[in-house]
Amino acid sequence: MELHGLTLHKLRELIIKKEITAKDAAFAYTRRIGQVEPEVNAFLTLTPDKTIEMADKADKALCGGQFDAGLPALTGIPLAIKDNMCTKGIKTTCASRMLENFVPPYESTATARLAAAGYVLLGKTNMDEFAMGSSTENSAFGTTKNPWDLGRIPGGSSGGSAAAVAADMCAAALGSDTGGSIRQPAACCGVVGLKPTYGRVSRYGLVAFASSLDQIGPITKDVEDCAIMMNAIGGHDPLDSTSADVDLPDFTANLKDGIKGLKVGMPKEYFVEDGIDKEVYGSLMEAVKTLKSLGAEVREITLPHSGYAIATYYILATSEASSNLARYDGVKYGYRATGHADLLDMYKRTRSEGFGPEVKRRIMLGTYALSSGYYEAYYKKAQQVRTLIKRDFDEAFKDVDIIITPTSPTPAFRLGEKTADPMQMYLSDIFTISVNLAGIPGLSLPCGTTSNNLPVGMQILGRHFDEETVLRAAYAYEQATDWHTRKPGLS
Amino acid sequence: MQYEPVIGLEVHAQLKTASKIFCGCSTKFGRGPNSQTCQVCIGMPGVLPVLNKTAMDFIIKTGLAMNCTVAPYSRFARKNYFYPDLPKGYQISQYELPVCQGGYVEIAIDGETKRIGLTRIHLEEDAGKNLHEGIEGASHVDLNRTGVPLMEIVSEPDIRSASEAAEYMRKLRAILRYIDVCDGNMEEGSLRCDANVSVRPVGRKEFGTRAELKNMNSFKNVQKAIEYEIKRQIAVIEDGGKVAQETRLWDTSRGITLSMRGKEEAHDYRYFPEPDLVPVEVSKEWQDGIRATMPELPDAKRERFVREYGIPDYDAMVLTESRALADYYESAAKLSGAPKQASNWIMGDVLRELKSAGAEAEQCPLEPERLAGMIKLIESGVISGKIAKTVFEEIYGSKKTADEVVKEKGLVQITDEGEIAKAIDEVMAANPQNVEQYRTGKVALIGFFVGQVMKKTGGKANPGVVNDLLRKKLA
Repeated sequence: MELHGLTLHKLRELIIKKEITAKDAAFAYTRRIGQVEPEVNAFLTLTPDKTIEMADKADKALCGGQFDAGLPALTGIPLAIKDNMCTKGIKTTCASRMLENFVPPYESTATARLAAAGYVLLGKTNMDEFAMGSSTENSAFGTTKNPWDLGRIPGGSSGGSAAAVAADMCAAALGSDTGGSIRQPAACCGVVGLKPTYGRVSRYGLVAFASSLDQIGPITKDVEDCAIMMNAIGGHDPLDSTSADVDLPDFTANLKDGIKGLKVGMPKEYFVEDGIDKEVYGSLMEAVKTLKSLGAEVREITLPHSGYAIATYYILATSEASSNLARYDGVKYGYRATGHADLLDMYKRTRSEGFGPEVKRRIMLGTYALSSGYYEAYYKKAQQVRTLIKRDFDEAFKDVDIIITPTSPTPAFRLGEKTADPMQMYLSDIFTISVNLAGIPGLSLPCGTTSNNLPVGMQILGRHFDEETVLRAAYAYEQATDWHTRKPGLS
Repeated sequence: MQYEPVIGLEVHAQLKTASKIFCGCSTKFGRGPNSQTCQVCIGMPGVLPVLNKTAMDFIIKTGLAMNCTVAPYSRFARKNYFYPDLPKGYQISQYELPVCQGGYVEIAIDGETKRIGLTRIHLEEDAGKNLHEGIEGASHVDLNRTGVPLMEIVSEPDIRSASEAAEYMRKLRAILRYIDVCDGNMEEGSLRCDANVSVRPVGRKEFGTRAELKNMNSFKNVQKAIEYEIKRQIAVIEDGGKVAQETRLWDTSRGITLSMRGKEEAHDYRYFPEPDLVPVEVSKEWQDGIRATMPELPDAKRERFVREYGIPDYDAMVLTESRALADYYESAAKLSGAPKQASNWIMGDVLRELKSAGAEAEQCPLEPERLAGMIKLIESGVISGKIAKTVFEEIYGSKKTADEVVKEKGLVQITDEGEIAKAIDEVMAANPQNVEQYRTGKVALIGFFVGQVMKKTGGKANPGVVNDLLRKKLA
C-alpha cells in the first residue's frame, strides 16, 4: 500500500523505525492532495511551507538520537485541522466570509498539543459556516464532496476533515462536534470519529458555536488511531474553565482487552424501523450479532426523553450561538461592510453581508429564544429538558456499559437534497444530538455499506469520561470486521 | 402636598486587582490606547475567560464587610448588547445568582443612625472606551479598560433624601477603602454611581415611577443631581403630568438632568448563564480565610475611639472616615498620651492643612510622632497652646521636631514666678491709673493686665501663673 493509505499507527511505526522520514510522509500526502483534492475540495487552506517546516523539525527530532519510544507520539504525522481551530499565523476562516482573511495571533490548545506531540500540519479543512450544518453545504467557499460518491455530501459540519481522512489526504484530522459534527460526517465517509466527553479536550482557540455543547475530537482511519490522537489532545487546560481537571488515561492501554461480558444497551427509541433507512437498520442488526459473538450482552434500554432532543438542542445551541457570534460586528477584525451611513448601519450591513443564510437563521432563532418574555418558555424550559435527557443516560448507564445506535438515520444524501428544507437537514442529527446535550462521549465507526456502496456508521456511547470503554468496544468490533479497511473508489 | 423621595443607588466599584478579571492583562490606568490588551479581552474568536481569584476574594471581603450573605454557589451571566467598546457583544456579569445577597450599611443622619439595605453585590467586567476627539471622520476604540473587574453594589430603595444618598456613597467609599479593594476615586471613575429616583405623596405606600440618573462623577454631583431630580419630578406631578420611566443624564455644567432614553428604547439584554465559566463555589473555609484578614471597619473603630479615648462621637466619625486618618489619629493619641488634644489638633489644624493641599492623611508631611511630640510639650507646660500654633506651623512643612523649634526660637514658656512677678510689677508701675480703677471695682481690667504682661514677656509667660500672680498683686 502507498504511504498515504496507511493508518496513523502504521505510519508512526515506519517513521520511528526510520524506514521513512517525516518528509517522505509529508510528500506522500501532498502528492495525494494534488491528485484528489480538485475533486473532493476538502481543504480551505493548504499550508505547504508550514508542512515542510514541521516535517523538517520532525526529521531533526528523529535524528536527534533519543530513540523511538521517547519520541512524541505524533512525530512527523501529517494531519488536517478543521478551519474553526485557531492556528497562529495561519488563516482560520470558519468557512465564513466574516473571517475570510482572519489570521489568529494565537494557537488553540488542541493544535498546540498536537504540535507538542510533533505533528505536521497539511492544511485547514472545509466545514459548514461556523460549524452550523450537517452537509458542509453551508460553507461560504464551496461544498466538499463525499469521496465515496462525488455527487453526495460528506456530512457536516466537519465534512472537510472526514472527507480528507477518507480520501487519504491526511493520516488523521481534528473535527469539532456540537450536535454530531464529527460523528455524522465520519459515518457518511466511512471513517472513525469521536466526540469526547464535554470537558475532556480544551475548547481554547476553538471558534465557539455553542459553548456548552462544542467539543473537539479526532477523525481517523481506525480506532487505534483515534486512541493515539486522544492521548495527544486530551486533558485539563487552565485556559478553559470548562475543561475537566480529571486524570487523562492512556487510551491505548486497554484498547485490545476485548468486550467479553460488556453490557450493551440498544435504546428502543432509536431503533424504530420506519425512522431509519432500511439498509442502515440492517447493518446495525448485523453489528449487534457481531458484538454478541464477541461476548457482549446486548439488551434493550429506554431513553424516554429522546423525542425532545432536537427541539431542546435547537433552542440551546442557537441561543448560545446568537451571543457567541455577536463579536463579529466589523469593529475589531474580520469583515466590515463599506459605505455605511452610521454605526447601526455598519453593524447591519456587516452582519448581513458577512454571514450566510443558515448562520443568520440560527442567530435569529437564538435571539428570539433569549428575548425578554420568551426566555422562560424557551431557553429555561430547554435547560430543564436537557437535565431530563442527561438523567435518561445516567439511568441507562446504571444497567449498561455502552449504548449503541445508528450514527445517522440515512447514509450520505445527495448534494442539494436537503438545502431547501432546514428541518429535514436538522433531522440528520437526530441520533447524535442527545449525546452533546448529555455531555457524554460518542464514537462513530463504519459498520457496513449500502447496496450503492455508501458507508454506514454505528454510534457507541459511554459514561462521562469513559472513552476507554467506548474505544475498547469499538476496537473489538472493528477487528472482527473489515469495514474500516475499505476505501472509496477514488482514482 | 408633601412629597417623599424614594432613592436606590447602583454603585460600580473598580477592584484594585493587578490583572483583569478574565485574562492576565494589567489594570493600570492611563497607558497608551490598546497597549494593555490580549486576544481574550479583545474578544477574538475562540478565546475563553478564566476568572481572576483575587477579584472573587475582594467581592467576598466586601460582602462580609457589608453584612451580606455570601452565596455558596454563584454564577456568571452574559448581558448581550452591541456597542463598539464591548468587543464580545456581551458583558460577562451576574444575574440570577450573584456572589453577595442582602446586607446593609449604616449611615449617620442628623445624629441618628440609619440602616440602608443592600439587594446584592455582583462581579462583572468593565467595557472599553470609544474615542471621538481629535479624529476626523472616524471614531476609535480603546480596550485597555475592557475586562477590568467591577463590583456592582445595588441598594434597596431605602434612601429618602439627596444628602442621605451622598452620605451612603461616602460610607461605601470608606468601607471599600478600609478593606483595600477599591481606591474610591470618583473623578477617575473607579467609583461610579447611578441613582433610581422617584417621589410619592407622604403616607403613600406604592412607589412612584422612577427615573434612572447617570453620569454623576463626584459626591457633590450625586447630591445635586438627586436634589434636582426630586424637584423636577414634584413639579411634573404638581403640573398634573406624569413622571416618565426613563434614563436621564446629569449635565454638570447646566446643573440639570436630561432624558437619554425612554422605556421603549430600553435594551433587552437577553441575559443567560455564561457557558464558558463554571459556577463558583465559595466554601466556608474560603470565607473564613478572608474574614481572618478583615481589618477593623469604620463603625467599630468609631465606637472604640469614643470608648477608649473619650472623644466626642462626631470627632470619632470624622477621624475614622479613612483608615489612614484613623491610624494617624490613633498613633498621635497613643504617643502623646493626650487623646483629646490629639483629636483637637487633627480635627482642626492637620485636616485644614490637608484640605488646603487637597491631600489625604497618608500624604501628611507631619508624622504622628512629631505631632505627638508637640502635644507633649503643651501637656507638660513647656509651651502654651498659643505658642504651639507657631510651633505647628514650623514643624508641619519641615522635618523639625517641636523640641528643636522651641529651642531654636527660645519659645520655652516662662513659669518662673519671680520673673513673671517682675514683669507684673513693671506693668503695674507703668499703669497706676488702671491699677486704681481695678482696685475700685473695675475687675474686667484683668484682661488688660494679662495682655500687657504677655506682651512684656514676648508671649512666653505661662498664662495661668500670670493670672494667679496678677490677682494677688492687684488685690
